[in-house]
Amino acid sequence: MTLESAMSIAGVIVVLAPLLLVLAFCTSTLTRWSPSELSSSRLTEASVLTGLLAAAFVFAGMLWGGSRNVEIEVGNWATLHGPTPLDTYHFHFKFVFDRLSVPFALLTFVLVGTVGAFANRYLHREPGFHRFFSMYALFLLGMIVATLAGTVETLFVGWELVGLSSALLVAFFHDRLAPVRNGLRVWTVYRLADAAFLIAAVALHQVHGAGDFAELTGNGVWPDAQASLSPSAALTIGLLVLVAAAGKSGLVPFSEWLPRAMEGPTPSSAVFYGALSVHLGAYLLLRVSPLLALSTPLCVAVVALGLITAAYGAVVARAQTDVKTALAFASLAQVGLITAEIGMGWDYFALVHIIGHASFRTLQLLRAPSVLHDYQSLENALGEALAPTEAGAIASEKRRYWYRFAYLRGQLDGWMNRLIVEPFLSVFRNCRNAEERWLKWLGGPPRETPVDSGADREVAPGEAA
Amino acid sequence: MNELHLPLLELAVFIPLIGALMARRAEPNRARRVALSASALSLLASLAAWFDLAAVHAFEAHDAVTLFGWLPGGDPFAIDELSAPLLPLAALQFLLTILATLRTKSARFSLGMTLVSESIVLATLATKSPWILAAMLTAGVVPPTIELIRRGESPRAFVIHMGLFVVLLVAGLALRPSTGASGTLSAVLLALAVLIRSGVFPLHCWLPDLFQRASFGTSILFATPLIGAYAALRLVLPASPDWVLRFVAIAALVTAVYSAGMSLVERDARRFFAYLLLSQASLVLLGLELTSTLGLTGALCVWLSVGLAMTGFGLTLRCVESRVGRIDLDRYNGLHDAAPSLSGLFLLTGLASIGFPGTIGFVALEILVEGAVHSAPVIGVLLLLTTALNGVAVMRAYFRVFTGSRHAGTIDLRARPAERIAVLVLTLLILGGGLAPQPGVASREHAAETLLKHRAASRAVDAAEHVNHDDAGTAVPSTPRED
Repeated sequence: MTLESAMSIAGVIVVLAPLLLVLAFCTSTLTRWSPSELSSSRLTEASVLTGLLAAAFVFAGMLWGGSRNVEIEVGNWATLHGPTPLDTYHFHFKFVFDRLSVPFALLTFVLVGTVGAFANRYLHREPGFHRFFSMYALFLLGMIVATLAGTVETLFVGWELVGLSSALLVAFFHDRLAPVRNGLRVWTVYRLADAAFLIAAVALHQVHGAGDFAELTGNGVWPDAQASLSPSAALTIGLLVLVAAAGKSGLVPFSEWLPRAMEGPTPSSAVFYGALSVHLGAYLLLRVSPLLALSTPLCVAVVALGLITAAYGAVVARAQTDVKTALAFASLAQVGLITAEIGMGWDYFALVHIIGHASFRTLQLLRAPSVLHDYQSLENALGEALAPTEAGAIASEKRRYWYRFAYLRGQLDGWMNRLIVEPFLSVFRNCRNAEERWLKWLGGPPRETPVDSGADREVAPGEAA
Repeated sequence: MNELHLPLLELAVFIPLIGALMARRAEPNRARRVALSASALSLLASLAAWFDLAAVHAFEAHDAVTLFGWLPGGDPFAIDELSAPLLPLAALQFLLTILATLRTKSARFSLGMTLVSESIVLATLATKSPWILAAMLTAGVVPPTIELIRRGESPRAFVIHMGLFVVLLVAGLALRPSTGASGTLSAVLLALAVLIRSGVFPLHCWLPDLFQRASFGTSILFATPLIGAYAALRLVLPASPDWVLRFVAIAALVTAVYSAGMSLVERDARRFFAYLLLSQASLVLLGLELTSTLGLTGALCVWLSVGLAMTGFGLTLRCVESRVGRIDLDRYNGLHDAAPSLSGLFLLTGLASIGFPGTIGFVALEILVEGAVHSAPVIGVLLLLTTALNGVAVMRAYFRVFTGSRHAGTIDLRARPAERIAVLVLTLLILGGGLAPQPGVASREHAAETLLKHRAASRAVDAAEHVNHDDAGTAVPSTPRED
């Protein structure tokens, strides 16, 4: 067996390991079989470890053989050979191991594995233990597919799985309304980001005739590849990708989904929003970095959005009153900087920044629930109370304004609700009311208690079968 | 004309009718067994017809033996590559709906009438003769009307819309053999009829109204076979001028966006389902009128995915409703812990209906978007926004039904085995079609190409007639078109 074929097999295992985990959990959800906590955690550990070792093998193989690009060709999932070139279609599934995807895949397995081990204990005897690990498996699969995607279609599949698992995890404590509402908001932002991403993909297909990253970026491998688009096409497609990345990474003006996402259990907050999911937008920008290189206005837009987000995150994080929200905005500040770095063309620097930040933030978020305990341990060790942090008097009106701005997070969601969501919904509410009036006039009012309302159990005359 | 080896089409159509007669006076348990058997046999016959068509290697085939050879035009039933998967799909929808009907519901959901409806729907899908198709389309509106009257609900909105549909349909067909302006008029009338039957904005109100007033099962079975789209395929697509098709496509696109928005603000779960179905079904209608192989293939694929996913979604919602009564989406019902598997199935079928990755609708929607973009990029963008809105609507409904303060009750709300089997069968088809989409896509592509060839031939005949007409300076009677 050659090194290349061994690496190909290992590459397939990297994707198969989380896929089998998802299938196992799906089967148990659809049937009434509910595995024990121990079985769930063992299954998860086995899957993550297998995937991690296989990814590490590919990485080692790439270093050993000097290969910078290993492709796993799954083939065309669906193909149409129409009578004209315009009627041809292929859904191409391909995974690529290169200098960008391999570090990200390794990071994913390490962090997800760590958080899995943490969650085994943190969620012990929690009623939703099994549900958490089902979503966890879906998230892992989505991250791995998105990370290793070699075509736009493949990336979109992973992207969607990450979105679904994230929304459901935010709403994990579903007997309270706030997490559920926040879950819906996260899902809505993700769907809009997905739509922007798909529109970008469609535009790419229109301009280039293919959604394959390799074809888009020429024959080179990341980050040296050269895109083959005109600057104007690159700007249009790039701006759409930027909207998609902004939605996924919580860049301004979508930033408020990040604190909302903290309603989920701490392990999911740590890995999904503090560490991995929030970097997925930045990863997408890195993946299309050859596209950015074609258009200076696009690069300026990316840098500007990154810096605005960094400033926003840094300011808002200082006034938050709970540790998870403060950490979320601190993450946002870093993600903003990473985005700016990508816009500047510092691809390797941004990649290293992502890896370092993700690892550090995971640790911080996992320690967050025990911060008081840590504080008390420090005091016990010192033998005296720690000096409280100086709050500082709010001196000027300007300072008070910025404090309010930071505390209320700039009311980004409020503005979006007022300017977009409410006008949009009120149009349809008016239509609904008009339709109800019209139908009442046309067909008369429906029965107060319909036959199958649950309140009326008698058999209507002549209805016996 | 090629022939099937057995009279499978007539068996598929008439077995439910015989079942209806047998179930009419039977006691509930026996009626249920009869209905299930008749529906299952009909499904087997329609599946066999599909396989037989593949075995004879023909685009179209008739039954070998027929009881209706005496009719003008001969045997009215035929199967072609277009209708081949639609027949078993419709039979499956009926079978699973009957299977998922709880015994306690047998008093409100008439099994006999359902079997009659099944027979009519299968006959509709198995005929290409315009007048018999029109007769079946007209007959199809009778069972829901009878049910509305029996339930003490006003059928007025439904009857007015369907009456208009029938009038336009008959008028369109009556004017059809003429040439010139009357041909165009016929196409317009038929297109309007199809738009009404498909529930296109602003003539859509009858569908949410039907869902609100009729039983959920009857409403699902009236709407999910997408008979309006089938009528469009048989009556509008083959010979209508391009501008009529563009008009239908624009109306379908407006409906898709409008219904997606409405499903976001609906307060009643049934009406929410109706709008979601309208939105998704409009995408099928939109694709049918794109007149490109890619668009038409996408539409035919979305047709199958909507048929399976929306039936599964509807049945899941019906299962929930049969336990807790009408579901109010203005509040959080908190049913997750009481019915965990139903919540999983609800989410899965709901996501499948919007073309989530891994489900049958994903590739179908991708193809449709590609086809739409080739026609006009703005259509592709609006289509994507529609699916994004539908996705939000599905998740909102999921949260409203299954989350919130835990449902308190002593009654076991978990799904019964028959209900689980019904939804699981659909789930397997949804996931199977999602994981291995190529066979379905390839068969739909071939059907689309043949349909477009027929349309091109038909348009060429029309064009030749116009030339003759202009040359002669007088009207030249046209050759009746073969449909």
